[in-house]
Amino acid sequence: MRDVAVVAFAQTAHSGHDTGLTEAETLHPVIEEVRRATGLSRFGFTCSGSCDYLAGAPFSFVSALDALGAWPPISESHVEMDAAFALYEAWVRLQHGDIDSALVYGFGKSSTGDLREVMTLQLDPYYLAPLGLDQVSYAALQAAALGGDRAELDEIVRRSRADGRANPHALDLPDPSGTEYEVEPLRPYDIAPITDGAAAVVLAAGDLARELAETPAYIGGIAHRIEPHYLGMRDLSRSPSAADAARAAGVGKGPVDVAELHVQFSHEEPMLRAALDLPEDTVINPSGGPLAANPVMAAGLIRLGEAARRILDGRARRAVAHATSGPCLQQNLVAVLESAPPSEEGARRG
Amino acid sequence: MPSDPPSALSAGTTAAGPDPLEARHVLEFPGGYTRSTGPVIGRFLTELRDRRIVGVRTAGARVLVPPLEYDPDTGEAVTGEYVEVGPAGTVQAWAWVRAPRAGHPLDRPFAWATIRLDGADTSLVHAVDAGAAKAMRPGLRVRPRWRERPSGNITDIECFVPEVTMINAPVRAEYRVRPGAALTRFFTKIKDGVILGGRCATCDQVYVPYRTSCPSCGVLIQEEREVADTGTVTTFAINNLPDPRAPEVPFVSAYIMLDGADIPMIALVGGVPAHEVRQGMRVRAVWVPPEERTMSMANIRWFAPTGEPDVDLSAGVPGGGV
Repeated sequence: MRDVAVVAFAQTAHSGHDTGLTEAETLHPVIEEVRRATGLSRFGFTCSGSCDYLAGAPFSFVSALDALGAWPPISESHVEMDAAFALYEAWVRLQHGDIDSALVYGFGKSSTGDLREVMTLQLDPYYLAPLGLDQVSYAALQAAALGGDRAELDEIVRRSRADGRANPHALDLPDPSGTEYEVEPLRPYDIAPITDGAAAVVLAAGDLARELAETPAYIGGIAHRIEPHYLGMRDLSRSPSAADAARAAGVGKGPVDVAELHVQFSHEEPMLRAALDLPEDTVINPSGGPLAANPVMAAGLIRLGEAARRILDGRARRAVAHATSGPCLQQNLVAVLESAPPSEEGARRG
Repeated sequence: MPSDPPSALSAGTTAAGPDPLEARHVLEFPGGYTRSTGPVIGRFLTELRDRRIVGVRTAGARVLVPPLEYDPDTGEAVTGEYVEVGPAGTVQAWAWVRAPRAGHPLDRPFAWATIRLDGADTSLVHAVDAGAAKAMRPGLRVRPRWRERPSGNITDIECFVPEVTMINAPVRAEYRVRPGAALTRFFTKIKDGVILGGRCATCDQVYVPYRTSCPSCGVLIQEEREVADTGTVTTFAINNLPDPRAPEVPFVSAYIMLDGADIPMIALVGGVPAHEVRQGMRVRAVWVPPEERTMSMANIRWFAPTGEPDVDLSAGVPGGGV
């Protein structure tokens, strides 16, 4: 395996409403920022994650290439998923060994449509979509299957929103209050806020990583796993695919200073914490996490960026990032980010 | 609010008024998108049209409902064996939708649920029309309610409804009741504004209302004894369910030991907030005006505080009860 590291990360000041910018206009400043940070204007590979259904326009991701300048032609790919999965593709591409840098970005404007019903469109068209099962409803089914402790969930939202208020990129949301249900057992504040935003990450391999960053955030392990789509085929109270991905990524091979988890509903935090088997002293979502800002299709990549940022600025030595896709945590990606390159770690371990 | 629809889809206005550059955009396949079902899902939907629910057996002998082409555990193709399941099943997890959305299967509050149909090894996701969230629980038994004209769609099941576990059984019979000799005598005196008791000579106890035999020793009571319309509250209850005899809710019903009686009589207490009524409180009957009196306890509206000092009940009740 080649040592691959996150060397730069940028994200927008996310917005809870439509600011009047197109997706490409939202994206452009963060691409500029990572170019400035790395001094690179072209990359060996470019990969993005977005969802055409958010804008309701086919190939909307192609317009986003305007934010890059794709001439002369660039080597480019796209996933119709959160950009964390685009980062995985870029990491695989860097393993080929013929290129040393990759640009990964994701963006989403949930304010344009009705996210709850846009997410219905990802469901299987025979058994689930015809029922009109919306995103908050299926998440509520999972919350009910888990049967989480109300006080614990309230505290997760309170902590996430407080951390979000301290994060200039996240929304300013008040402490949770109210006893109304959105879809019981979920209260409105258990649900990640509708958010517009974008994020970009630069990956570098080998010597280039050391040239571009003082302490690159090395990807010590990265893996993703998936479960059956149909909710009734699964035990919704557990996330075995997140647990498998965490084992494959090597989460348990060392201490974890910080974990950034793609928690879009408060009950997902205890589920993921258990699945990833995180130590008690691990700080969860110090950025506020998606409960404080959830630019769909970028929010998972932001978890990787936020975890990497803490390695890059020396505040953490080992961090974990998680991203998810599909209904009720169907697919989960887990990455371990470390201040030491995995090859040296391996050499030390002999 | 995470669930608020964007203004573009509802009104097309902003705080500053209508935005002339904001357009409504609809993504739709007119008439719907045509999809082939394949043999496995097609079999399920065909059976559904005939109001049967089938699962498919896997090589590992599990029954998948709804059927999938491949066993999610092993990736192996499922067997060709279809098994009728349900139609009843058991709710595993449920989520209550307070405000249904346009795309939802019901237009009134309902539950989403994972339902383990009898004979199935997996759960079906569907709606449950249960009326209220408190009717839902894991373990609830439910059955499908079928659409009038099934067409081979998962929505041929309109929703599931709870099995019958309760019925409402009306009970009603009418009677003509008379109070009997002793109470007739009592009510005759009540019409005159007098509360009549009876004294047992053997036990030296005065019973109110008047009765003709002693409940303690069984001898005939021969002595009528008029008692006062004042007395002491010995115990009481605050009632929060309406009663036709009480003017309002909450009301207080109390045991009142009338002066001169040895047995307390139950009556309403009024003219005082419910929370101020206490044991030992002195009260007096509030009578309706003489011209309105009948042979009925309605002659006494209720008992109201006299304002006298409370009686210390720890020393025994006044009137010298045994």
